[in-house]
Amino acid sequence: MSTTSRRGRTPSLDLVAGNGLINRRALLGTGIAVAGAMGAAGTVSGAAAEPLKDEQWSLEFGSIMPPVQTASKYEKDVARTLSNPQGEFRNSHARTPHQLLSGTITPNGLHFSINHCGVPDIDPAKHKLVIHGMVRQPLEFTLESLSRYPLVTRMAFVECAGNSAPMFSSQPLQVTAGAIHGLVSNSEWAGVKLSTLLDEAGIDSQAKWLIAEGADAQFLDRSIPVKKAYDDAMVAIYQNGERLMPGNGYPMRLLVPGYQGNMNVKFLRRIKAIDQPAYTFFETKNYSQILPGGKTWRFHFLMEVKSFITHPSFGHTLKEPGFYTISGVAYSGTGRIAKVLVSADGGKSWGEAALQEPVLDKAFTRFQMPWRWDGQPAILQSRAWDEAGNVQPLRAEFVAARGETKQPLASPLLFPNQHYNSITSWGIDGKGEIKHVYA
Amino acid sequence: MSMRKPLFVVAAALAFGAGAALAQNSGVQSPNLGKPLSEADVKAWDIAVLPDGSNLPPGSGTSAQGTKIYAEKCVACHAEGGKGGGAPGAGPLVGGGPLTNGIETPKTIANYYAYATTVFDYIRRAMPYNAPRSLSDNEVYALTAYILALNKLIGENDVIDAKTLPEVKMPNRDNFILPYPDRI
Repeated sequence: MSTTSRRGRTPSLDLVAGNGLINRRALLGTGIAVAGAMGAAGTVSGAAAEPLKDEQWSLEFGSIMPPVQTASKYEKDVARTLSNPQGEFRNSHARTPHQLLSGTITPNGLHFSINHCGVPDIDPAKHKLVIHGMVRQPLEFTLESLSRYPLVTRMAFVECAGNSAPMFSSQPLQVTAGAIHGLVSNSEWAGVKLSTLLDEAGIDSQAKWLIAEGADAQFLDRSIPVKKAYDDAMVAIYQNGERLMPGNGYPMRLLVPGYQGNMNVKFLRRIKAIDQPAYTFFETKNYSQILPGGKTWRFHFLMEVKSFITHPSFGHTLKEPGFYTISGVAYSGTGRIAKVLVSADGGKSWGEAALQEPVLDKAFTRFQMPWRWDGQPAILQSRAWDEAGNVQPLRAEFVAARGETKQPLASPLLFPNQHYNSITSWGIDGKGEIKHVYA
Repeated sequence: MSMRKPLFVVAAALAFGAGAALAQNSGVQSPNLGKPLSEADVKAWDIAVLPDGSNLPPGSGTSAQGTKIYAEKCVACHAEGGKGGGAPGAGPLVGGGPLTNGIETPKTIANYYAYATTVFDYIRRAMPYNAPRSLSDNEVYALTAYILALNKLIGENDVIDAKTLPEVKMPNRDNFILPYPDRI
């Protein structure tokens, strides 16, 4: 017997699309549709209930509070996946486990990180940031001096241009959302507006580019348009309220919201104003793309509109038919997310998801979609639009424009290309097992 | 001189009167906590080379000179003849198929780089991987010449210096498109 019928209420399944998608208003407090959805399958029986008792943890004095707390020991599996766990003499990647997180803020310990030559051990008292080149007066800043400036605080995602690269594979790889999309994270960053510092140095009106350079063992550098510097760039010195994580650029990094992660130069030590792009190694090779037909893109910069479902996704199992909340993140380097549609039937029909406020510029927006799973096969997808009208391309459209690998990718750690922003599909079978599929 | 007028100057002008607006970039409103330097002070860090050859240092090198340095300092990772594979992550410095082979075609100096200055710049800032900034400028010129000659982008006996390096014609230079030209 269902709970709703026990209450004498007729189940009201306000379906908006095929395979059980329920109107998002069900999440907005009206309650009726959710109750109906749950009632339709969620039977409740008191027969097997265990008697309630006080557990041991309620009957004894608890543990000592540490000065810096870490996650519960029961959450030890909530960890980044590493590409180079033994610290071999090469680059290393740590991917955010999106399938185990919710909300919009990536905890600092789980923010993705890529380092091409290890994480430098930087003494903040000795670190310097120099601004020079086509300026009236070259200047040197320290963490201490920047900390005295008025800080701007904003949410922003940072995404590696190679994020989601496993989806260039001609066959879907059976790995988690984090293994596929874990090279994007979202934080609240606080720092000094780059325009403030450039104005103090007196940047020349003929300077169109900046070389931003880090203090790592490759002096990693990228060419940044001055236009972006005066739009919304900052020198970030705090991440979610605390100093930057070592792997995220401690003690200071460039933040160019919505642009390739690699351009958000970490360990920032030098900005040189110049009149032409430098064609640095990373903008010449890694972060420039080959198109089908052999033409190539350079100075791509923009991380385009994208979304993916985190719950449920590969690695999760639906234990029983009934009500579930489909949830995921959407973001765009162009601006705010305008709309996310969700499908449970592989794109045959779509319903509009609820967006969690506030919906912020160039930041994660969490979307949710109420869903009643009937126990039959389903394919879950999400598709995002941004406020400029850009839409996440369907996979067929994307592959036609950008291509895919000739052979299935051998490992999710490989980067056959960059800037994948098409749709992710999670296929659910009749047992509730979830696979990564293309649909 | 800067012609840019940040918004806060306008705001400050409203707050403090017109006199403040006239003093843009002069330190009235902005904290101005940067320590003034001269370009000479920055010289040791000013290593970025531009495609037109700007900021290339004095010095020169040839492929023959580079061969010896390569055998000593590079071959362990990049392997004989720049074939790569001596260490994980050390890709080949030679070869490279046509980009029409597909979107996953390995990008190499010969089939991809737009400017030869990038080769010099990256060696100077990042190599050897275990000892960055340990090469002299002449050594970097010589290694650049060695790699460019391996790729047949210059002759075996060509001297690479601040004048000749930017003149090296890179095959893929004109094959690039800007997906978002209005963002530059």
